[in-house]
Amino acid sequence: MSSHEMKTAAQHNAPLTGQSESHPVDFNKYVRTCVFVFLAVLCATGMMVWISFLPHYSWSAKVGMILAVAACNAAVVAGFLMHLISEKKMIYTVLAFTVIFVLGLFWLTWYAMNDFPSGTTMH
Amino acid sequence: MDIPYTVQARPDTGVYNAKLGIWLFLASEVMLFGGLFSSYVLLRVGADHWPHGWLNVKLGTANTIILALSAITTLLAWAACKVGQFNKFKFFHACTLMLALSFLCIKMYEYHDKWIHYEIKLTDGTIADGHLEESDADSVTIKGRIVKDEADLYDLRAQPNIPSDEIKIERSKIASMENYGPWHNTYLAIYFTLTGLHALHILGGSVVIGYLWGPGRRMWKTDPERFTNRIEVSGLFWHFVDLVWIFLFPVLYLT
Repeated sequence: MSSHEMKTAAQHNAPLTGQSESHPVDFNKYVRTCVFVFLAVLCATGMMVWISFLPHYSWSAKVGMILAVAACNAAVVAGFLMHLISEKKMIYTVLAFTVIFVLGLFWLTWYAMNDFPSGTTMH
Repeated sequence: MDIPYTVQARPDTGVYNAKLGIWLFLASEVMLFGGLFSSYVLLRVGADHWPHGWLNVKLGTANTIILALSAITTLLAWAACKVGQFNKFKFFHACTLMLALSFLCIKMYEYHDKWIHYEIKLTDGTIADGHLEESDADSVTIKGRIVKDEADLYDLRAQPNIPSDEIKIERSKIASMENYGPWHNTYLAIYFTLTGLHALHILGGSVVIGYLWGPGRRMWKTDPERFTNRIEVSGLFWHFVDLVWIFLFPVLYLT
């Protein structure tokens, strides 16, 4: 048998002792967090739909407002459900590089939009 | 042979290997969807007309709530494993699976709705637009309306009471007809690409969640900590899929 020994029946229903890097878990605390996150997602979704139907704003203004709400919504989901508010340094490092590369990707798109061959006529 | 660091954190990274692996995978996924969102911006900024109100906001909102609920049940399934309550895990993971399938059903309904929606250019220069009801060798019947200019079909939000009548068109009067598939215009091309790729992620995630809920749960008896880590890793992927939808919904349905 490998080093992963078979567990007894009693151990199957016992809280895990946490040999891994994660912290001890309080189930009720997670239920409260989940209720908070779900309400936040509901509010954000409702707000985005409401903004999209506002009559006196241009589409570009609405896009800006809606994406701002979506970003807050995403921050709540990533922070609480993906535990990004209390992650290890290695994960933050991976994410930092990801952000840099994604921004570079968006910059390339923006750059390409204004990069016409010489002599191009705009209609 | 033992695979190292499936449970314990690796000293140099501070996390177990699968967790670092899934975060690196998610980083590549961010680049994939980032590239497609970038294409969306490029296409939208370069377009003369951009459709508004072509998608059903109620169904999109329902799918947003379904996916948010599934993300929550995934987290609760992992937390149940952490506290050793396997029955709760089974319940919450089953909920996740059902919610994922509900999401896909709604998405399929939306795709079908676009598939049977036709824009028919008539020989007199007008356009019949609506859902196909009947089609035979001599005529086509749609439920929709007739417009004089294609521009009338773009901003549906600005037209509150769009008529929906049964219209029978002789085949001889049809110049061309095309359904609202990805080939119809740029908006639908990027819509089907983005939501199709996202739906494939939902499908893939559902297969993994289904495996961990079904045959894969045997590991709970032999190595509960490693099993719990598997649930955490699959949960991280699921939350990422939820995050992508959080941006897809407003970008495609609301703006």
